[in-house]
Amino acid sequence: MGIQEAWFVVIAVLFLGYFVLEGFDFGVGMLFPVLGRTDTRRRVLLNTIGPVWDGNEVWLITAGGALFAAFPEWYATMFAGFYLPLLLILVALILRVCAIEWRGKIDDPTWRRRCDLGIMIGSWVPAIVWGVAFANLVRGVAIDADKQMTSSLFDLFGPYALLGGMTFALAFALHGAVFIALKTSGEVHADAMKVAQRLTLPTLAVIGVFVIWTQTAYGKTWTWALVAAVLAALLGVIATIRANREGWAFTFNAIVILGFIGLLFASLFPNVMPSTTAAEYGLTIYNASSSPYTLKVMSWAAAFSAPVVLLYQGWTYWVFRQRISTEQIPPSIGLKLGSGK
Amino acid sequence: MDALDISRWQFGITTVYHFIFVPLTIGLAPLIAVMQTAWVVTGKDHWYRLTKFFGKLFLINFALGVATGIVQEFQFGMNWSEYSRFVGDVFGAPLALEGLVAFFLESTFLGLWIFGWHRLPKLVHLATIWLVAIGVNASAYFIIAANSFMQHPVGARYNPETGRAELTSIWELLTNNTALAAFPHAVAGAFLTAGTFVAGVAGWWMVRGLKHPDGEGATMFRPVARLAMGVIVVAGGALIYTGDVQGKLMFEQQPMKMASAESLCHSETDPNFSVLTVGTHNNCDSVTHLIEVPGVLSWLAEGKFSGVDLKGVNELQQEYSEKYGPGDYRPNLFVTYWSFRMMIGLSAGSFLLALAGLWVTRGGRVPHQRWFGWLSLAAIPTPFLANSAGWVFTEMGRQPWVVAPNPTGVDQIRLTVSQGVSGHSSATVIASLVTFTVIYAGLAVVWFTLIKRYVAAGPSEHDKHPGAPEPADPDGPKQLSFAY
Repeated sequence: MGIQEAWFVVIAVLFLGYFVLEGFDFGVGMLFPVLGRTDTRRRVLLNTIGPVWDGNEVWLITAGGALFAAFPEWYATMFAGFYLPLLLILVALILRVCAIEWRGKIDDPTWRRRCDLGIMIGSWVPAIVWGVAFANLVRGVAIDADKQMTSSLFDLFGPYALLGGMTFALAFALHGAVFIALKTSGEVHADAMKVAQRLTLPTLAVIGVFVIWTQTAYGKTWTWALVAAVLAALLGVIATIRANREGWAFTFNAIVILGFIGLLFASLFPNVMPSTTAAEYGLTIYNASSSPYTLKVMSWAAAFSAPVVLLYQGWTYWVFRQRISTEQIPPSIGLKLGSGK
Repeated sequence: MDALDISRWQFGITTVYHFIFVPLTIGLAPLIAVMQTAWVVTGKDHWYRLTKFFGKLFLINFALGVATGIVQEFQFGMNWSEYSRFVGDVFGAPLALEGLVAFFLESTFLGLWIFGWHRLPKLVHLATIWLVAIGVNASAYFIIAANSFMQHPVGARYNPETGRAELTSIWELLTNNTALAAFPHAVAGAFLTAGTFVAGVAGWWMVRGLKHPDGEGATMFRPVARLAMGVIVVAGGALIYTGDVQGKLMFEQQPMKMASAESLCHSETDPNFSVLTVGTHNNCDSVTHLIEVPGVLSWLAEGKFSGVDLKGVNELQQEYSEKYGPGDYRPNLFVTYWSFRMMIGLSAGSFLLALAGLWVTRGGRVPHQRWFGWLSLAAIPTPFLANSAGWVFTEMGRQPWVVAPNPTGVDQIRLTVSQGVSGHSSATVIASLVTFTVIYAGLAVVWFTLIKRYVAAGPSEHDKHPGAPEPADPDGPKQLSFAY
């Protein structure tokens, strides 16, 4: 494997890490209206991801940086081309960061409702839009001879892309429900299992159609293995949720997400942005990459720091491994609205 | 306006927003680490309360720093795709390193610090805030190294086949003399900001706290105020020194920027240092120098008081036109001239607070003077404004370049901003400009209100004693010591 191929894998791994970890962060926010009927319950939901969501989000920032360093042409064409979708994602993420951090700072129902809205927008929008964007990458977009993407916004919402958006959203919602079940006890736990149960069949259907569509239209022979893994893991999710084994359900669901996003990257390879205008205008890992020296430097940096990052992020999950229940949520220590003191 | 101007406004607005919150984060993280260390070492409860009090302010600020930072990572590709293609090979590396080495560290360990009270052993918990402090400063280093490449490109060659700059030495990139001068200058500015913030809040609370029956607020805030004033003095010294080093580098490497900063229109030997000018600055000759000091500029440029030849804007313009082809190579003189003076002048606010504060708290005194309370509050915004002015000067002083040519480097590694911009329609970029400006403005108002409310509320009774929380029901599970 050459260094360009290796860096394609690194980029894929960074996005896979981002979606597996932020997948349940998004899911938790998406399920606020369903599972968070009282303020205390919403706080239970929020605190299941409390210590880790910020670290999870850095996977995206680092994926962006790595894309810039390893495949500047890909970075430039994709981010300039997907301008408005990216703007939507950024706005949603901005709202989410502030809403999560500031929610408990003021003890007032209206304030908290607004923050909850920010958390929900910040979870739903990126989940859907990332799906639309990645499906478009695989399907191909219009790219001209100067490596400029010329697809209009309307082109980006074809049936395959919309199915991609639904797939991401459903997979993350289920991921969030199972994660909440895994991280809570008592009534929230029981309700999360019920929601997960209800989500399984629609998720199976949508993801099933999406992966088979992806495979038949864009897949390679060996990627049938990924399709099989996704479908098998989906059955595993259904079985383990029925059996109330949320730990296994979470593992299987993570495999589902790794599987179908892995399938998207595998279908792309060795292209990174196939062009629908003319095949030769498309970007591949060979015409979009940095120089061998930059790739070598980045390889050393990644080889040294990635294990350390994985180690301390893993440790964080270990430190906060206890389940949370409504009884453990302390009274709000936010300031009252409107009082001068 | 065309997409170029809108893109420039957008990058300027989003970056200035980001850099309102960043210096406070960079400076306050180590200060809070020091407060918590003081608590762990001395066991005195008031250090615990101060850690919690300033910790809350830190977190309110950190959120907006992160939120405004996310945009920056993507904006290069969105609005400056041609620039990204040209320098991605070089510029991407420090950006990726920043994510890999610094962002993961600060975000993960901040989560551990926020939620780890009474869960982690005391010393491990103390280590987490120190790691946050290291992380935020490390990220500053990488991003400043990236910016310094744009000011003074080194460690790269030009590949004529691809038409791109290519990295040849990561070591040269990370030890760029511009980066080695700009990083300590920015960090000193951040410490000045955080020092002024802590000293200002504590100074105001000392005066106000005396009216409270137990006067506890006053005695608690006195030690931290003096600590912060010490930080101001040291950071101030470092700012002057690193600023001088940076200035000398700029005279050598980016002469147009310094000539504009002085509105020095014509080449002169030993020109005077300009303190005040009047004029529209829309061209060189509309400026009249009112107050000038001899000798200073020569010293700033080369470290001696006479025999220094400095090039003027007009001569440099002619020189560049001959070298790089026809074009206007002059930055906006008005902005560079006044932002340079604002940067230096506004830092006086912090010094004034430190000097007055050290005097009124001398020999164990707790200040009661109303004027000192007001001075404390009035000083807080000054370093924020000085930071902004400094970056506006640095960035607008390199116009029209986005990658300024290095006089002793590879000549082809240069790019004007008009060559770097993406080919979007104005409407597209206006949409994002308006979106970001409106959202940031709204969030900045909330940020200010929250900070103000939490400063005015003072240290919480809730955090009076550093013990673990009791369960609501004695048989029930233990409550979380912190929950969103």
